[in-house]
Amino acid sequence: MGVTTQYLLRGVAPLGGAPTDLLLADGRIVAVGPDASDGAGPEAVTIQGDGLVALPGLVDLHTHLREPGREDAETVATGTRAAALGGFTSVHAMANTSPVADTAGVVEQVWRLGRDAGWVDVHPVGAVSMGLAGEQLAELGAMAHSAARVRVFSDDGHCVDDPVLMRRALEYVKAFDGVIAQHSQEPRLTLGSQMHEGIVSAEVGLAGWPAVAEEAIIARDVLLAEHVGSRLHVCHVSTAGSVEILRWAKSRGISVTAEVTPHHLLLTDELARSYDPLYKVNPPLRTAADVEAVREALADGTIDIVATDHAPHTREDKDCEWAAAAFGMTGLETALGIVTRTMVDTGRMTWADVARVLSSAPARIGRVHEGERPQGRPLSVGEPANVTLVDPAARWTVDGTQLASTSRNTPFGGRELSGRVVATFLRGRPTVLDGVAADGTRSGAAGPPGGA
Amino acid sequence: MKHLLSAGDLDRDAAIHVLDTAARMAATQGREMKKLPTLRGRTVVNLFFEDSTRTRISFETAAKRLSADVINFAAKGSSVSKGESLKDTAQTLQAMGADAVVIRHPASGAPHRLAHSGWVGTSVINAGDGTHQHPTQALLDAYTIRQHLAGGPTHDPTAEPDQRGLGQDLAGLRIAIVGDVLHSRVARSNVQLLHTLGAQVTLVAPPTLVPVGAQAWPCDVSYHLDEVLADQQPDAIMMLRVQRERMGAGAGSGPSHGTGFFPSPLEYTRAFGLDARRLRMLPDHAIVLHPGPMNRGLEISADAADSARAVILEQVTNGVAVRMAVLYLLLAKEKETWA
Repeated sequence: MGVTTQYLLRGVAPLGGAPTDLLLADGRIVAVGPDASDGAGPEAVTIQGDGLVALPGLVDLHTHLREPGREDAETVATGTRAAALGGFTSVHAMANTSPVADTAGVVEQVWRLGRDAGWVDVHPVGAVSMGLAGEQLAELGAMAHSAARVRVFSDDGHCVDDPVLMRRALEYVKAFDGVIAQHSQEPRLTLGSQMHEGIVSAEVGLAGWPAVAEEAIIARDVLLAEHVGSRLHVCHVSTAGSVEILRWAKSRGISVTAEVTPHHLLLTDELARSYDPLYKVNPPLRTAADVEAVREALADGTIDIVATDHAPHTREDKDCEWAAAAFGMTGLETALGIVTRTMVDTGRMTWADVARVLSSAPARIGRVHEGERPQGRPLSVGEPANVTLVDPAARWTVDGTQLASTSRNTPFGGRELSGRVVATFLRGRPTVLDGVAADGTRSGAAGPPGGA
Repeated sequence: MKHLLSAGDLDRDAAIHVLDTAARMAATQGREMKKLPTLRGRTVVNLFFEDSTRTRISFETAAKRLSADVINFAAKGSSVSKGESLKDTAQTLQAMGADAVVIRHPASGAPHRLAHSGWVGTSVINAGDGTHQHPTQALLDAYTIRQHLAGGPTHDPTAEPDQRGLGQDLAGLRIAIVGDVLHSRVARSNVQLLHTLGAQVTLVAPPTLVPVGAQAWPCDVSYHLDEVLADQQPDAIMMLRVQRERMGAGAGSGPSHGTGFFPSPLEYTRAFGLDARRLRMLPDHAIVLHPGPMNRGLEISADAADSARAVILEQVTNGVAVRMAVLYLLLAKEKETWA
């Protein structure tokens, strides 16, 4: 895709450290330091990066790209362009498409669509069970050995609630170093559930989704993972009780990792009082105490990563009464801004921590940190030139109508975030420059982005 | 005030104003010529996504007594069942010239969406949404209670019934609400409104039918009806309807199998039913309310339902006056303000 060009990033701060220069050429970082320009050819493009933080390209372990099947909500092309604008160079595409990504054929299709689009690396997630039905294992081995090299398996949207099926899945993926990413939701405790069960649900009369329905499954799964010696990843942790269980499991040495979404770092169930389905999501928005607990857990490492759970939906699926609306919210273009605001601006995390929770750790969990096109690598000489430049001082107000995703279901419209993506490089090629995607589209803010 | 979505929309003065307006409306209903010209030329749509003949007829009667044109729209499917969407239905009715939409909907918050999503510009009156609110029911309950009990022993029993309690709240009255609180919009609305009017409310239900989170409500909660009757001597007791699908083994074989909220109808009746024995435990002046329709023999016995203490039919009558008051206050062009 295009002629290879050298890029000289001047005065950028890798992981927020001392400013220096980076030279990107032939898809790699070829020089780091004050004399990096020495290796730049006459055609090299210089980017004045004073004040910008350089991060390894962001990696999202939990994205819904909706293709195949719901191209009216998002496609691989539009979703990955939104991802690039959000600073990502790699996304894991969830399996709940139509048809479900439960065969080598479907995961290879998604993988191929990602290659063709070229915005980010697309790593398909394979379904755990055929048709996400929770009854019979999908052909996990075939997906693992396909061109898509699937390592993450999930029935996300549905919980693998049968304990025997979960045990088998955890055991089976050991053969190819896979991981089961569980959507922890006890189905019987959440029949018809609409929002977090608590003081707000009692008053507004929406059926409750109790915290225990998440925590009971996590408790069971960490014990299963310990028993069979497998890797478990817990999707979208949302409650203080879940954090306590994870802390206990990690203290026992159980091989469990966990993610939190940007929206669970910022929003609470109080928003359901508006009955606006933009705030309807699964797991639901929880209480302020839960938000504080997941922030603390992310800061201390109990929760390993931030993953977006970007879930685009068409307008008709949200422009209706709450009970009729779909669960989910978009998040690729706002994730970094929310992490900056909730974790960096508050002094709870450094930029090195951001690089860990949004790049190196998710790459390792997904086993895309090595191989032909590794992600989440350090910003060092010889590494692939997957680089995201962030203006940490930028304050911007989300304008939902300006986001690049095909769908408009962001709950963050009108909110001020900080930390703005200025440029994204995928193996040395800019997918985003000056906040504008390589095809001329721009993401997100009301008013001109910094550096434009 | 443009909409009536929740009992919580009304502060004490606004609530009393509605009740006093209802009393003025009621005073006109004893006449041979019941119809008032107030809303002539205005159009009220009854938009009912759930079957509720009683509530629909009550609103229809109220609107007609105020000379409004009434359109009844019984929407068979909602967008929940993939029929026409709520938005399209409401916009269609507005395009036909509706001034107010009275909506009954199985989804909590549907009236709120109608009022605040920008879909339509009409007034919206909540006639019951999911397990959320039923504010006109709470108003007619408060009206009925006030008529009988406000002012305590000093009230003038010789006054015309419609004029009793005028200008007063329900301060000091003890009111028990018994039954399926979890699924009840009537209970939620009444807890808010009766508290606003100064009454002390106690909810009585098996623990499975009390919502998690109800500890934040401005009321007490008890699991023991006999204790509440003996210890509190409530001035009014309101029995909530218990729906069949909440019982025993749940719906039988479907996904809710085994999810009954209490073991059997008999056990429920023994613990929470209002029968002749419990009726005798009430103080002499106490009244019995039920929002209807009743399950005789389940939450209320025939002895209680047909006793002199039962004001259940008065509730129905008062419902018309209260709904006239609400329509008048929301729609009449020349009128005093709410509060």
